[in-house]
Amino acid sequence: MYEIDPTRTDLIEEFDQNPGGPHSPELALVVNRLRLMPMEERIIIVCTKRGIEWTLAKMPKARGAKLEYYDDLVFDDYYAATKKVFRIRWQAVTGVAPV
Amino acid sequence: MKKIIGYSSAWTVMPGDTLNVMVSTYGPGRYRANLVRVICGNDDPDLDIYREEEITAPFAGEYPGREQFTVAGSYVTISSSPLVTGLGSFTVQAWVFPTTPEKGAQGLIANWDGATASGFALTIDDSGAATMRLGDGSGGTVEVTTGKPLAKRRWHLVSAAYDAGTAALTVSQDFIGPQFEASTSASATGAVNFTPAMGSAQPLIMAAIPATHPAGRPGASHFFNGKLDRPRLVASALSLADSAALGWDALPHERNTSVVAAWDFSREIGGVTVTDAGPNGLHGRVVNLPSRAVKGFNWSGTEQNWRHAPEEYGAIHFHDDDLYDAEWDTDFTYEIPEDLRSGVYAVRLQADDDEWYVTFFVRPPRGTATAKLAFLASTATYMAYANIQWTWQEHFGEVAETYWTTMEPGEVFLQEHAEYGLSTYDTHSDGSGVRYASRLRPVSQVGPKTAPVWNLNADTHILGWLEDRGIEYDVITDEDLHNEGVTLLEQYSAVVTGAHPEYYTTPMWDGLRTYLARGGRMAYLGGNGFIWRCAMSDAMPGVVELRRAEDGIRYRDEEPGEYYMEFNGEYGGLWRRLGTSPQALCGVGTVAVGFDVSGYYVRNEASFDARAEFIFEGISDDEVIGDFGIFSGGASGTEIDAADPMLGTPPHTLILATSEGHSANTYLVPDETGLHHAAMDGAQNPNVRADMTFFETPGGGAVFSVGSIAWPGSLPHNSYDNNVSRVSENVLRRFVDGTPFAMPDG
Repeated sequence: MYEIDPTRTDLIEEFDQNPGGPHSPELALVVNRLRLMPMEERIIIVCTKRGIEWTLAKMPKARGAKLEYYDDLVFDDYYAATKKVFRIRWQAVTGVAPV
Repeated sequence: MKKIIGYSSAWTVMPGDTLNVMVSTYGPGRYRANLVRVICGNDDPDLDIYREEEITAPFAGEYPGREQFTVAGSYVTISSSPLVTGLGSFTVQAWVFPTTPEKGAQGLIANWDGATASGFALTIDDSGAATMRLGDGSGGTVEVTTGKPLAKRRWHLVSAAYDAGTAALTVSQDFIGPQFEASTSASATGAVNFTPAMGSAQPLIMAAIPATHPAGRPGASHFFNGKLDRPRLVASALSLADSAALGWDALPHERNTSVVAAWDFSREIGGVTVTDAGPNGLHGRVVNLPSRAVKGFNWSGTEQNWRHAPEEYGAIHFHDDDLYDAEWDTDFTYEIPEDLRSGVYAVRLQADDDEWYVTFFVRPPRGTATAKLAFLASTATYMAYANIQWTWQEHFGEVAETYWTTMEPGEVFLQEHAEYGLSTYDTHSDGSGVRYASRLRPVSQVGPKTAPVWNLNADTHILGWLEDRGIEYDVITDEDLHNEGVTLLEQYSAVVTGAHPEYYTTPMWDGLRTYLARGGRMAYLGGNGFIWRCAMSDAMPGVVELRRAEDGIRYRDEEPGEYYMEFNGEYGGLWRRLGTSPQALCGVGTVAVGFDVSGYYVRNEASFDARAEFIFEGISDDEVIGDFGIFSGGASGTEIDAADPMLGTPPHTLILATSEGHSANTYLVPDETGLHHAAMDGAQNPNVRADMTFFETPGGGAVFSVGSIAWPGSLPHNSYDNNVSRVSENVLRRFVDGTPFAMPDG
């Protein structure tokens, strides 16, 4: 399993420059690693107003379960939401908070 | 989050038909209903292409809101009978294959009336063990359990016998799993200190326990996950040995005159009836579409086709999340007026700050047309995808879609309301694949303003473009094609598909093929089309069946030995695997899938052939086609198709243009590769491409294909003024012209 080097903050900067991809081979490995976190530990994006507003939530653990939102995190730009998810998951996987 | 939802009795109607509309509100005491014609359903605020047109309708107005209830879970129900309620000593048994014995109490066979503590209930208890319950009719009960959990996904003969003479109740489970696994066989006997009250007013239920539905009608609860085979009821208390003999006996009523009922699930496969093969005819019916044509306890492996050995396919697989018909009460009806033009319509429901569209398709009266062009709405595909939840329930969903899970409001609704069931892309709660998807329930993604933009909403890019270009069209649907075949299509000079006509029944396939052979024209403005063979049922209208056999992007594995469909006995799976590839129908077939980047088309030499001149009018020789669009920035993307003579692309086909610019995240589909290797992606593999093709048919017809789901998403670019729009319009203008096409050899 690919291990993310937490000192590679250049990859965070690269993601910020182009969050929608496609990414360089190294960043693609990082992104895929973060997208393969255990389901129950994933933070996801939820659209609250079509094309206008997004927030974050915990991945629901079971069908029928209500979403648990991070109400204080509201984005008017989708890619801003993806950058936040990237950072939260980076910290969860590496144990190191991105700068 | 949602405050109002609804659905209709039909998706396709014609003038004179009556549409029933069912509505439920979560909170609001009133709602408003209006009729709209859907022109372009994509409401992305950055695009500004959404268009709906309000139409006067007699039902328009305000209505009182109320919550309507849905309970998912399949079972068998048999009307109450004195042959059951009058039992003294008796034995009840079935072969049981539990798939979630750990999930808690589940009914197996019961007519238990909890209000009066009467009847009986053979169940799996909270520990996973077989258990039998009797009651005294006034609240007192006795339960006897084997005390040993049943083995998961292994067959057991589960029996319970009450002996009125000795007041003894015995329950047993006989394991017949692999001989090198630990046996979970067990039995236990307990005393019954009262005369059991057998006079339950409840129906006899299998795979659940009788309960009152929240809407007040008879229903069920404690749904069983797993298979039942050969349930039997006998009016005597059998010994364990006699009970085992009965379980193995194919014709028990021939040798045991005390047999009350011997249900045979191998009969009437494909229908709703459950047959009692015994002398008393205690027939029943299935509720909520459990899976039939499944391997029984005695499946030998020598036969894969249930029709060849029905006696080995005598089981039904039940799931606690099966749903066929939500059975809501009708709020209002709409008689389709004679002068309502054909099109895509919706009942727009509004309550407080929320809304929901109940979408339906109005076709012309049977045997008539009001335009030369028909838009063929892919309702079989819309059904197959109905209420899909795969993307956020699959571990590899994010890497497959190359995105961070992003739940749209409609998806949040589905997540929080599991009762509205699943799609054929999902897995049941016991891990088995979903084979049936119905439209007789609220479906959150088939309508305008839905996201992700897919299926119908993606198809409305074509409708919006047709309206903008002033090209007249009728709307017909897959269900119409399934029911009427070529007769339906022959009303038209040309047919234009949606972006993704993926699922085809055999009558649909045959109807389209015959139409093209007889001179019809088809513009296939999509990708991943004509891929899977599915089935529809006269006995259970409004649902598609799918068995994802062998190959293709399956999303979940099909159960081996169960590749033949229940509805019609046909072998399921890819049309390609059946020896009839989409390339033979439309010139191209699916080769790759990828969602992060879309490509564009570059003209090939064949595009300069005089036969193709009409297609490229107004397009310069070196013009790149479709390097723009809603779907990842290009017209060639998402799911793409290519020509392949080995798979049936007609030899005179012109491969007009081929796509470039695909990404390292666009991969060959499984059916395109015999092995996985390091060069399967669009950045490396030349087979990852879309081909734009054209060919004529000897009957004067023609077929134009773009082989890309993304293509229609490029039509609205620059206010519909772009080269994807121009090529598409060139094709359709010629296709609706009655002048026959000539084959290239004269």
